[in-house]
Amino acid sequence: MAAVVGVVVFPGSNCELDVVEAVDRLGGDGRLLWHGATSLGDVDAVVLPGGFAHGDYLRPGAIARFSPVMDAVRIFAAGGGPVIGICNGFQVLCEAGLLPGALQKNRGLKFLCAPIQLRVEADRTPLSGDIAVGTLLTIPINHFEGNYTCSSQTLNELRADDRVIFRYTDNPNGSVDDIAGICSTERNVVGLMPHPERASHELLGSTDGVPLLQSLLATAAAATA
Amino acid sequence: MRFSVLVETRPRAGVADPEGATIERSLPALGFVGVSGVRVGKAFRFSLEASDATAAQAEVEDMCRRFLTNPVIEDAEVTVTADEQAPV
Repeated sequence: MAAVVGVVVFPGSNCELDVVEAVDRLGGDGRLLWHGATSLGDVDAVVLPGGFAHGDYLRPGAIARFSPVMDAVRIFAAGGGPVIGICNGFQVLCEAGLLPGALQKNRGLKFLCAPIQLRVEADRTPLSGDIAVGTLLTIPINHFEGNYTCSSQTLNELRADDRVIFRYTDNPNGSVDDIAGICSTERNVVGLMPHPERASHELLGSTDGVPLLQSLLATAAAATA
Repeated sequence: MRFSVLVETRPRAGVADPEGATIERSLPALGFVGVSGVRVGKAFRFSLEASDATAAQAEVEDMCRRFLTNPVIEDAEVTVTADEQAPV
């Protein structure tokens, strides 16, 4: 049975169909979940997609974290379910306290939209499970507020527990320690600024996002079995 | 009682402020030399019904903690002023 990936749609999300398309193409079953839903249904994984949830008013993710669906996401995550936040989804997870730290405006105040190179720094997460540490991937970023920051104590914890899972090889936005993606202490909640779904087909210019999404589907399928 | 509330948020000390840094770098080009320490924040103004100034202050601080600021990167300064009472 195909792994079911629920993709949350907040008002202002704009990458949800890309994620569903990529998931379906790789043999999963992508389903849209409205942000007002109080239940996730029978999903095996959840993705919070990119976009501008609630217009990014106040701060990116600041209002989205109060959407009704987030209570269900919190419970799903607490039960060990894989939760992935991509770009705006990463911002939502930080605001919701499901991941530590925060995402500030890019150094240089430029909106960045370009393919960038990532280095896989840690495995044992739903998104990097099958990928060798050190693998270089070219995946697009598309953000204004992707400059990851956190307290020095949090940074030490992230490093010590091997929770920085992706680093930029050429830091585009000023993120502390070149961080492009991190995971939670239990490793099942992952946030990253690059968009793997936008590197999931030759026609998009790169297929480097495919192993990440395949890893997510494998994790989700294992959860079902 | 009605209170006028001003909440000013700004990046916490030690947190980089890319917006402030960019503005600071731009000012000398316009001839404004000698500017340093630019920090950019937000201001929220609203009015609030509360039993007294202490209660108003506490409620606004709770708002800041839970919603108006991201405590990881921002601090808030709260100013609560009692509105003039209309003569009875």
